[in-house]
Amino acid sequence: MSFQSAAKVTLKDAQLRRNIGKATTLIREKRLRAVAEVPDWEPLRDAGEAIKAHTMATLPEQLEKLEAAVTAAGGVVHWARDGAEANAIVASIAKRVGTDEVIKVKSLATDEIEMNEALEAEGIHALETDLAELIVQLNPEDKQSHILVPAIHRNRAEIRTLFEQTIAQGQSLGNEASAIAEAARLHLRNKFLTVPMAVSGANFGIAETGTIGVVESEGNGRMCLTMPRVLVTLMGIEKVLPAWQDLEVFLQLLPRSSTAERMNPYTSLWTGVRPGDGPQEFHLILLDGGRTNVLADEVGRAALHCIRCSACLNVCPVYERVGGQAYESVYPGPIGAILTPQLNGLGSAPSLPWASSLCGACYEVCPVKIDIPSILIHLRGRVVREEKSRLTPEALAMKGMAAAFSTRRRYEAAQRLAKLGRGPIVKAALPGWTAMRDLPEPPKETFRDWWKREHGEG
Amino acid sequence: MSTAKADILARVRGALGPSPVVPEIPRTYRLAGTLVRDAAVVDLFCETVSEYKATVHRVAESALPDKVRAILGEGLRVGVPAGFRDLGLPVIEDRGLSVAELDELDAVVTGSALAIADTGTIVLVSGENSGRRALTLVPDHHVCLVAASSVVPSVPDAIAALGPDAPITLVSGPSATSDIELDRVEGVHGPRRLDVVVFG
Amino acid sequence: MKVALFITCFNDTLFPGAGKAVVTLLQRLGCEVEFPLEQTCCGQMHVNSGYEHEASGLHDRFARVFADYDAVVSPSASCTAHVRERIESVGGKVFELTEFLIDQLGVVDVGASFPHRVTFHPTCHSLRLLNVGDRPLRLLREVRGIDLVELDGARECCGFGGTFAIKNADTSMAMLSDKVRHVLDTRAEVCTSADTSCLMHIGGALSRGRTGVRTMHIAEILAAQE
Repeated sequence: MSFQSAAKVTLKDAQLRRNIGKATTLIREKRLRAVAEVPDWEPLRDAGEAIKAHTMATLPEQLEKLEAAVTAAGGVVHWARDGAEANAIVASIAKRVGTDEVIKVKSLATDEIEMNEALEAEGIHALETDLAELIVQLNPEDKQSHILVPAIHRNRAEIRTLFEQTIAQGQSLGNEASAIAEAARLHLRNKFLTVPMAVSGANFGIAETGTIGVVESEGNGRMCLTMPRVLVTLMGIEKVLPAWQDLEVFLQLLPRSSTAERMNPYTSLWTGVRPGDGPQEFHLILLDGGRTNVLADEVGRAALHCIRCSACLNVCPVYERVGGQAYESVYPGPIGAILTPQLNGLGSAPSLPWASSLCGACYEVCPVKIDIPSILIHLRGRVVREEKSRLTPEALAMKGMAAAFSTRRRYEAAQRLAKLGRGPIVKAALPGWTAMRDLPEPPKETFRDWWKREHGEG
Repeated sequence: MSTAKADILARVRGALGPSPVVPEIPRTYRLAGTLVRDAAVVDLFCETVSEYKATVHRVAESALPDKVRAILGEGLRVGVPAGFRDLGLPVIEDRGLSVAELDELDAVVTGSALAIADTGTIVLVSGENSGRRALTLVPDHHVCLVAASSVVPSVPDAIAALGPDAPITLVSGPSATSDIELDRVEGVHGPRRLDVVVFG
Repeated sequence: MKVALFITCFNDTLFPGAGKAVVTLLQRLGCEVEFPLEQTCCGQMHVNSGYEHEASGLHDRFARVFADYDAVVSPSASCTAHVRERIESVGGKVFELTEFLIDQLGVVDVGASFPHRVTFHPTCHSLRLLNVGDRPLRLLREVRGIDLVELDGARECCGFGGTFAIKNADTSMAMLSDKVRHVLDTRAEVCTSADTSCLMHIGGALSRGRTGVRTMHIAEILAAQE
């Protein structure tokens, strides 16, 4: 479905619009406060942007260093060209461990490759432990709609009802958010303490040391990373950072941009295997999954700098109105509009680069300064060149207008036609406009006619 | 070398072209050592950590046992890392406690490696002082001792003082979630109660 | 000072009043204004719609037409941002009107008088591509008799976005309806801004809703001596 058609559906859901509007308005104001108290926020953004660009330019070296360091620390590194390879690796580890259940920390990379479905097909149930992921998983009809809070489209009352009907087994939960959190705690506690294998994503992988980092809030991450005997981490190849020191930049940029806190409740950093502490078997899967396609586009590759904070979603006026599901991707919002078509191929989502008014609010808040509007424009150009016929009505109108604007004589002739409600200018703009808005009264004379009358043709 | 690895690295090299531009990294933000480490830093830490709904206590080192006893009261099953400082109350040392035994603890008392004033963060480094990771995770109440001398001003100060040798957990307040209407609600899977005792 | 007016094809064809107001205003402030009749379109719509190739001739043309002027002034923040970014040879000397008044002419009080209740919508491109900041508001505050009321959610996009308003008409309208609600909440008679494109969008809804609120380009208010 095109973004336009999907948005038409979600725009009609008044509850969804209210829920998203309320949540994003709150987080926008909080983010402004969290950022305002950091005097060196702009230098941190500059450093974040440069570290990411530096990483991409030296990616082969960084990945090989990461592999060597993780291996030296007792971990096992796997490489996966695509999602199917990554899923097969995870399934084979689970089978060797002999478990039909794994616990999961929220990971967009695993969602991207539909790992849960792939494992299910192998008879292995993947249990989501992040509260929002759990909310989505408990309702088979539901889908993620936000990078950070996949259930942002659900309000407290809806979540309460869902929990009462599922994990709380008919017990009434009351109206406090804490009761909802308590229900999730009770539901998952025993799983954390008994399931032998966990799957996580990664926020960072430090090439220099082999250290992996997971940033979270609830403690479900710590549970998954600490309690099971076996840990498998899936990491997109773009998540590598060259140096230990780089953590000081991203541990400041990410929490304030993401949940608008000075720091998120828990961040776990581990390097390989630690005897007597945590999983005694650690696997790191490095996933391409289309990332090298993104890297091949010199302008578009900056989309790989994304640290998944979701600040761009929270400020986007389009996202706020249509919600995440209209983007039909694990990555919604402005970053999704540039990442999805590049990861999956332009032809898979050709309407997404147009899902923006180019207002620039996303660029303004991006902690690593991804110029999303410019990349959107660049991708529009690529879609037009690579995916569309040169004979679409739009292409013909654009050509017609470029021709009309190419000389003064033709331009003035086109203006005369426009006054009569005809010609290329009108053809391009009129349909779709007057359905919902009035057009201004056409002026009696153009500016240049007035000028010529007043000042001559000079 | 696996074929997947060779393929991916070849694709990366192909995507980058023969001579990708490698930008310099400007580190003009406040680096480690930029900010003064004085008593005000400890005050700031107490303030920022309390804003996460952790309970902050400030005592002289000699008063530590009394304070910990006052926080925990009597009759609780209290875990500590093996060989932990004497708290003058009955404790269960973690010499390889099973998951079930950890789950039976009412509370745990540990030290910490350092703390960050700017963000109200406690840094646990797996080992004798902070304990292993499961010890500070499974019990529902964590009493964490922070030496005033270990409080650093900023995140870069902390990162500079840390290394990859042991697992690290950065703790900023009790377990919480922002998943319900993007508002922070305390108390999910990690310890729901966090007492921070700053001493010295 | 001798300046060239870059009217933009949009204003030339649909909103000549904005251009006339710029001429009136700049002449009142002692500038000699020229209008190069060879100018057509800067190519922004083409580039932003994915037709960069079609725009390159327009970029060359723009550079030729304005090559010999010391300063070029435009009543469009959006087109100014485009030429500044894309047309290297002349982009640096093209100024959006409020930038020109404050930074180049050094005036804040332009001698205008406009005794009406007015609210100002800062357009996205003036805010985030040109960083004009509070320049338009500083100019408006000096207008005699004006009752300037703050617009709630001012920094949020009105939903125009060029072809976005047509390609994603439903989303655009959802954004517009919030903007219009905020405009109506101010009880202003006039909604003004530095881009007539956004104003055409907002004004189209204000007119369809028979609200009686007018839209005016900021130049028209700054030129007014009612």
